[in-house]
Amino acid sequence: MSVRGLALFVLRRLAALAVLLMIISFGVFSLLYLAPGSAEQVLLQGRAVDAATRNEIREAFNLNEPFLQQYRLWVSGAIRLDFGESIRTGEPVLNAILNRMGLTIFLGLYGFIVAMVAGLSLGILAAVKSRTSVDRGIVMFSIVGASAPPFVTGVFLLYLFAVLLGWFPAFGQGEGFADRFWHLTLPALALAFGGAALVVRLTRAGMIGALDQDFVTFARARGLSPRRVLRAYALRNALIPVVNAGALMLAFMLTGAALVEVTFALPGIGALLVESVNFRDLPMVQGLSMVLATVVILVNLATDVIYLFIDPRISYSETTA
Amino acid sequence: MRVLEVHGVTIESRIGGHRRTIVREFDLSLDAGETVGIVGESGSGKSMTARAVIGLLPPGVSARGSVTYDGRELIGLPERELGGVRGSQIGLILQDPFTMLNPLLRCGRHITEVLERFEGGRVSRRARRAEATRRLAEVGIADAIDRYPFELSGGMRQRVAIAAALAGDPKILIADEPSTALDATTQKELLALLKSLQEARSMGLVLITHDLRVAFAVCDRVCVLYAGSLLEVGAGAALEAEPLHPYTLGLLLSEPPGDRRLAELASIPGAVPSPDDVAQMCPFTPRCRWAAPVCGAGRPPLALVSPGRSTACVRIHEIRESMRETRVVVEQPAPIRPARPASRLIEVEQVEKVFEGAVGRRGGAAVVALAGVSLEVGAHESVGLVGESGSGKTTLGRCLVGLETPSAGRITIDGIQAADYAALSSGDRRRLRRVVQIIFQDPYSSLNPVRSVGTTLREAITLYEPRSRRVGEEVEALLAKVGLPGSYAARKPVALSGGERQRVAIARALAVKPRLIICDEAVSALDVSVQAQILNLLKTLRADLGIGYLFITHDLPVVRQVVDRIYVLHRGAVVESGPVDAVIDAPQHPYTVKLVESMPRSSPDWLRDA
Repeated sequence: MSVRGLALFVLRRLAALAVLLMIISFGVFSLLYLAPGSAEQVLLQGRAVDAATRNEIREAFNLNEPFLQQYRLWVSGAIRLDFGESIRTGEPVLNAILNRMGLTIFLGLYGFIVAMVAGLSLGILAAVKSRTSVDRGIVMFSIVGASAPPFVTGVFLLYLFAVLLGWFPAFGQGEGFADRFWHLTLPALALAFGGAALVVRLTRAGMIGALDQDFVTFARARGLSPRRVLRAYALRNALIPVVNAGALMLAFMLTGAALVEVTFALPGIGALLVESVNFRDLPMVQGLSMVLATVVILVNLATDVIYLFIDPRISYSETTA
Repeated sequence: MRVLEVHGVTIESRIGGHRRTIVREFDLSLDAGETVGIVGESGSGKSMTARAVIGLLPPGVSARGSVTYDGRELIGLPERELGGVRGSQIGLILQDPFTMLNPLLRCGRHITEVLERFEGGRVSRRARRAEATRRLAEVGIADAIDRYPFELSGGMRQRVAIAAALAGDPKILIADEPSTALDATTQKELLALLKSLQEARSMGLVLITHDLRVAFAVCDRVCVLYAGSLLEVGAGAALEAEPLHPYTLGLLLSEPPGDRRLAELASIPGAVPSPDDVAQMCPFTPRCRWAAPVCGAGRPPLALVSPGRSTACVRIHEIRESMRETRVVVEQPAPIRPARPASRLIEVEQVEKVFEGAVGRRGGAAVVALAGVSLEVGAHESVGLVGESGSGKTTLGRCLVGLETPSAGRITIDGIQAADYAALSSGDRRRLRRVVQIIFQDPYSSLNPVRSVGTTLREAITLYEPRSRRVGEEVEALLAKVGLPGSYAARKPVALSGGERQRVAIARALAVKPRLIICDEAVSALDVSVQAQILNLLKTLRADLGIGYLFITHDLPVVRQVVDRIYVLHRGAVVESGPVDAVIDAPQHPYTVKLVESMPRSSPDWLRDA
């Protein structure tokens, strides 16, 4: 695929992203509108006030406008990146999200890298040593990983490495890169465990399938080094499902790490989402869902672009965008 | 000079503690510049033998015995040292050009990576690329260096694979069925290429094939392998002139001749046994018409009969004369009596079929599979539709049974307009199904693996005779018609051999008592001995039940045995048609001429005029 073709493809997908965000924002907006409890009830928390005060609050959050007008007002703000203010703190939604984003991105990428590196290497090892005790051990590990929820793994890691051994801190997010790296190691491990298990299984299955292929036999028959056969032949051909799972995992880690963040008392996006939902902080929930949707869509776009570089047989024409 | 010596190699597989012999005490010697053929049917162990020589047996399979290359023992050599032998001393190419190349690497890269591995000193990237271009030119490819395998045809890919296998300049090339997956014309070109490369490089060539004629045309010496045992070794010409083992004779006679029709093909009854079942006897005993008690008394060794000629048949001196006579009798041509059909059963007029470009593919242009084809098939007539892959022959067959709908044109079957099955009334559709049935190429995927043979047949019967009360008897009758015992009704397809499955597929087609069966390459996936059985069965059914066939195939010798007339299809158009003898003996259209010339002949000049 030419550079121009690729650029066109990405542009088309970005246009689709805008449309998708509109649809998602409308969906979320409608659901929140329908959900019981409104902003003024949240703010007043059951205190009795006179009609004038109540009306003032309703005016401030545009609650007196008809539904579609409310949505229109929200969109016109959102286009200028103004998602309104948090009901809970009064802080602009965008600021609150940006303040917490850094931690979540750090944690998500850290967990993702750990999961990919561990998953790929263990998966390759299991495939190469297929049907030996090494293979069986790794498969067992992956079953445990896939079935243990991250908050259980988290508590276990906390108890073992923070409480018993004292190697890692039990809470806090750290200052500066190295300190933060140290503080986020346990949460990242908890986050990575399940993902690594998935990557192990897909890599192992893909590699065993690829190693069985004629082209691997033919490559060995030509005297190519085992390393070259493993990398350029087996691994590259096994990679497509792994990339696919990796993308889902990255999107999950960047958006849905709430359980881990809560377990380790980390003030990230996930924790913010949980707090905001509990508090019915509607502008915040609405803003967060936009950010999360964007992340998921962008990660998917990146996956499709990566496919192009892995497999020359894939090309995207006008009809698939 | 002797370059390769294989002695007493036994190959075993061990899966879950279960030991199984694949090849028993195999011997082979190869001189520099010599071509040796290993001929055998599926299950003979020929591919495993090739892999054992170069140490590439699949996991769970192991070899013992001795393989010496250039005085060096290869069996038991550590993987690291074997890597220095593979590619640079002994090369290997496999059967399927569609799976042999890495789909993610450009063609040139398959060659440069080997060059990189074996070059001494620094070579610039540009020099390596120039060398790869030269290597591709050597196999007759001009501009594929930057293309991916999926952009090339099967024949082209096989050429790229040969260039890649030869990139390390091996002294020996082992070719495992290199031309089997290719079209007839491509097969001939490819074999000619292999032979010329072998001569130009004075390389040793081991050609593994199931086709005796191909082996005779290409090889100096031929080894016949059966159920893991060597049965006969000899010079190609001598073997062809007089086979000295009943199995070799059987193979030769089951091969349908391209130059005449035989009254009946001499098939070998039964199927290839597993080596362990025939370990203590001559492995061919259960299928041999000359078998005597002595044959079951122990495993016969390969014994020298005359210089360069050895056979494992212990009775050869007693039965030699009888074998000769058999051959003379069987090879008598039988006249074709074309039944001039009284009425037309199928009429195809100007049928076109265009496949729109595949969704999601850039530049996926529409493919014209059929560009205005007209043909007719009479009642009780047997007609051949001959062409190579991409000729549209299968598409036409599928249009006739409603699996595809033509883009334009008319199809009339038994007076019903059948171009668009979806537009037919359900009554007409049922009537059509009782006129025309179809059998597919691959008996392994055309039967539902979770259903027993009986269930499959009962379904076919009751679909059209819902009130039939004698279904059980009918199933048995159907099985008897295709030569299977009634007890097979209880079996699942997995317990059947390829030939038996194809018999079941035929029985299923017969269940509705059709007047015509479309055979879409129905015998091309089968071994020759089994293929002959099925061809004989089809002939018998025609004689007994008056069934007609539309025989879709790429194989001229096969089609000559079963049909009265043929149509030659090329790029979606009929280029020639007429009585089968006339078309094959005196082809008019240049494409038909090329097809006829590419039929394998047992002599070296078959490849010379390529």
